[in-house]
Amino acid sequence: MSIRLTILSQIENVAAEQKKKIAPLRDDLILAESGLDSLCFAILVARLEDELGADPLTASEEVYFPKTLGELIGLYEHSPR
Amino acid sequence: MNTARAETPSLRVLVASRPGLRVLAPGAALRGRDIGASTIFASRRRELAGKSVLIGARSQFVAARALIELDGLAARLVICPPDFSPGRLASVISQAEVDAIVSDAADKDFGVEREIYLCGDPVPIDEEDCFTRLASQWVLPTSGTTGAPKLVAHRLEGLLGAIRPACEPIPVWATFYDIRRYGGLQIFLRACVTGAQLLLSDARESLGDYMIRCAKADVTHISGTPSHWRQLLMSPDAELIDPKYVRLSGEIADRAILDALRAVYPRAVISHAYASTEAGVGFEVADGREGFPTALLDANGEVELRLRDGSLHVRSKRTATAYIGQGGLKLLDDEGFVDTDDVVEQKGDRCFFKGRRAGVINVGGLKVHPEEVEQVINEHSEVRMSRVSARRSPIMGDLIIAEVAPRNVATPREAGALETEILDLCRARLPRHMVPVTIRFVPAIDILASGKLARRHA
Repeated sequence: MSIRLTILSQIENVAAEQKKKIAPLRDDLILAESGLDSLCFAILVARLEDELGADPLTASEEVYFPKTLGELIGLYEHSPR
Repeated sequence: MNTARAETPSLRVLVASRPGLRVLAPGAALRGRDIGASTIFASRRRELAGKSVLIGARSQFVAARALIELDGLAARLVICPPDFSPGRLASVISQAEVDAIVSDAADKDFGVEREIYLCGDPVPIDEEDCFTRLASQWVLPTSGTTGAPKLVAHRLEGLLGAIRPACEPIPVWATFYDIRRYGGLQIFLRACVTGAQLLLSDARESLGDYMIRCAKADVTHISGTPSHWRQLLMSPDAELIDPKYVRLSGEIADRAILDALRAVYPRAVISHAYASTEAGVGFEVADGREGFPTALLDANGEVELRLRDGSLHVRSKRTATAYIGQGGLKLLDDEGFVDTDDVVEQKGDRCFFKGRRAGVINVGGLKVHPEEVEQVINEHSEVRMSRVSARRSPIMGDLIIAEVAPRNVATPREAGALETEILDLCRARLPRHMVPVTIRFVPAIDILASGKLARRHA
């Protein structure tokens, strides 16, 4: 599965587990308006680290939090593993 | 330190009037009446008088004999668990100002040089010599696992404080603890005071072999930590014994383990005791339920319990009296209470243990005691043991993760279903930040030599 599809399916899993209604997953979706809260994002990042072997949020030197879904996917796609 | 003991006789004098006492190890037996007027230190016994003595025997059995002999003779009995490394032993020796080591092994490494007194076969001494009256201090390390060992001092009177005279028939005791830890020492002293039999385990003996020995000796009373019991219940050896009294201490006894023990030992009294090296024996709960009655709080009996900032405080004659060798560190507050650092929550007429204060996991500013989550996971009938810990998260600080040892080895499909069921159970019972983010199935969860689950903050 591609990185993009992995991320999208994990977002849907986490939202279902956490009983959150999420907005349609488009690249320009603002994460803060996605329907996921910070615990959901924390769980998502942990799951993606397990699946993709990368945690770009911890690995990056500067504190950089993506604002849109497209940025989030880009961060993982360009992350060294 | 050299104050004369007023009322309580020394352990040796006490044991001499208990002819029924038997301490049994594989291939070795000690009878109360055999100790009589004898020594295992031959002509060097008198040299130990008034000294700070480390009990450095490899064998539990020899340690038991040395304790009986040295109480009332040595100024300090310094007791360390058998797994202490030379580095930790050296720290203890320096903090407790040890000037003599008694041991059954001339080649054991204690980290520093001290005179070693070898324990040998008993030889007779004058009866007069047995009535030494020094109020020996009993010094034990607390059960924390990180950093330099912290030592506390007890008096024999305090250690014996929770022990009641035995009813007939005299019990046959067994314990998963080593007697050089507070939990095991309590059972050893119980056997001494009541003139009971005590079966010591041996480091080289398997759990199954110990159970076979316990079954042959008709063990009636047996004690260990909830982790010890969970481990025993994972093996068919649990069914070898038929005890009347099952005791848990040292960790939180959750509903799952209490129910599991009742199912395996329907005729036994299942009792969980609250005790620690610092706070001594607090109380015992035998109604089969987890936690303890709120009525125990704020009562003014032999043991006084108070909740302050959520942490249990204990005042009684059974607590340790002071830290040894910790410059300025105070064990007792101005009113004589020990802060146990055990977090307790009161819910109506019952109080529940939530976990150790130092073990708290911080999930986005919300505090989680791993024990609280384990208690819920353990309620699933297919779970034998679990361990909850923290996983670093760049967003929340920490997240909760769990390792689970299932009852049966499952196929991947079964494991998936079990994971879903455990998570559903957690979601139904716990706030969402306490639900594990991941569950990893493991064949077994190791417990420390102390009988407790290994945690980052023990």
